[in-house]
Amino acid sequence: MIFLRLILVNLLRHKIRTFISIAGIAFSVAAMLTVVTVLEGAVGMFSSILSSGAELIVFERNVSDLFFSDVPPAARDDIAKWPMVSHADAVLFGVVSSADHPIITCFGVTAADARIRNATWLSGSAADFDRGANPVVLGERAAEFLGASTGKDVPIGHGVFHVIGVIRTRNGFEDGGVFMPLSTAQSFFHKEGSSVITIKLRNKEDAAAFKAQIHRRYPNLIALEDAEFSRSYSQFKILKATAWAVGGCGLALGGLGVANTMIMSVFTRIREIAILRVNGFANGQIAAIIFGESAIVAVAGAFSGLALGAIALYALKEVPALHGYVDVTIRPLLMLIVVVLALLTGVAGALYPAAYAMRIKPVEALRFE
Amino acid sequence: MMLSTKSAEASFVVQATEIWKSYEQGAIAVLNGVNLEARKSEAIALCGPSGCGKSTLLHLIGGLDQPTRGTVRVNGEPLGRGRDMVHFMRHEVGFIFQLHNLIPDLTMEENCLLPAVAAGANRTAALTRLQDLAERTGLKHRLKHRIQKLSGGERQRTAICRALMNRPGILLADEPTGSLDEKTSSAVFKLLLDLSHTEGLTLLMATHDRGLAASCDRVLEMHDGRIRTDC
Repeated sequence: MIFLRLILVNLLRHKIRTFISIAGIAFSVAAMLTVVTVLEGAVGMFSSILSSGAELIVFERNVSDLFFSDVPPAARDDIAKWPMVSHADAVLFGVVSSADHPIITCFGVTAADARIRNATWLSGSAADFDRGANPVVLGERAAEFLGASTGKDVPIGHGVFHVIGVIRTRNGFEDGGVFMPLSTAQSFFHKEGSSVITIKLRNKEDAAAFKAQIHRRYPNLIALEDAEFSRSYSQFKILKATAWAVGGCGLALGGLGVANTMIMSVFTRIREIAILRVNGFANGQIAAIIFGESAIVAVAGAFSGLALGAIALYALKEVPALHGYVDVTIRPLLMLIVVVLALLTGVAGALYPAAYAMRIKPVEALRFE
Repeated sequence: MMLSTKSAEASFVVQATEIWKSYEQGAIAVLNGVNLEARKSEAIALCGPSGCGKSTLLHLIGGLDQPTRGTVRVNGEPLGRGRDMVHFMRHEVGFIFQLHNLIPDLTMEENCLLPAVAAGANRTAALTRLQDLAERTGLKHRLKHRIQKLSGGERQRTAICRALMNRPGILLADEPTGSLDEKTSSAVFKLLLDLSHTEGLTLLMATHDRGLAASCDRVLEMHDGRIRTDC
């Protein structure tokens, strides 16, 4: 109990300094939690755009970006006939522009695609998807920012398209995109094939067999399972690495704050530490007091940061411009990782101060009355 | 002859032999060949002008510092390498300083329990011991009070309680009454002697107050890092 008092007494003695240290860790943790959650959410969403409920994605091997992938139509037709395959949907991804929006994602899909089938049709009908000349379906947000509605024509890129419907999806990226029949998109983007083929298997356990068959029959293509794709897609890897790097830098800054606090804490009570030594406190006990202080700062900072991060994420979710883009599902594992990292940062910040405190010679510290 | 020398050595609780201490690579000589022996339950006053080496000698005997040359033996064993100095500080020696050296944010009780906490002593036993010491020093009503609320005399009595918590055999007091007024000095000094007596302690005390020093069993006069007189 007195040991705990010795730890707390110094933190309470310098309340503002302690508060600033806790705030430093809290902001670092909140930043890490927010950045990682938002980016992982974005990656998850992007990944779900690609797979759209399918289990496997087939695309051209060794392309730097899926926009450059070109899967021949013959391959899709062949794969669709394989007994283990339930659905094989060709999807063409492209980037188009309008007057005010230089980047709009375009999805070239068939009427059977899950995006079209499962969307909420705010106007128009899925049955009309591939009818008429230059038909296009707009995501809800795309309709908003293009100022277009069903029945009107809308200029996209070098072409003018006829809006046959507006849909709402649960994905922000898709809501901000435009959907064209595959043949229209192929003609618009001057491509014969598609970017990917999304595969739904009759039996999920056939995934390995399917991948092996793709490897054998189409060595220039690659089939990846959803999770596998998320892990290995270089863009996702860069995004995730960036998130952790930004969060890590924040935490490192917080750690420096703790180190500074603990150094100040030791330097301003050299005499007190000497008194403890004279009263029989061993080096380990002195170090435990210093580490105890930093651990309390780190734990308080970590939990405040979790709360702060959660508030920030829910606030971001409510921002209209980000609707559908921010997934605020905070993974318990991520919370645990962030708390552990904050604790490690706190401990690391106390290493030098603790070592310094252990070297204090009572006779020198007490000589100056 | 050999046997009798050994038996004489064994009867000394503290035996400092040819102690030299200097700083700045010998440029500042503080102790120049001090010899001192103290028996169990003996009260010894170290007198002398400021800077004569009284405090340094107490620090060396208490294991807070090491001599440049010479040996300090406590209970027959030399201090320094090979000896568990943490155990020595916890159980064999107690310190009292001129400026109390208490932790101001803690209560009197918490300050006094520090040596017991360091030694991992049983809490109930430590509290019983503290109750006893607080009663004997007249501070029982002050146990829950913070140090800032105590008077100078009470603070020094608290320091005495703390020094005696783990029942050390030796009490080293460095100018224990130096910061107190005459009346309080006298009361604290009397208490110190009484407690040393009842606890069977060997008391080594540095003091400028020759009147108080005269109450000790022996008075050692120090000058220029040497003990000049032993009366």
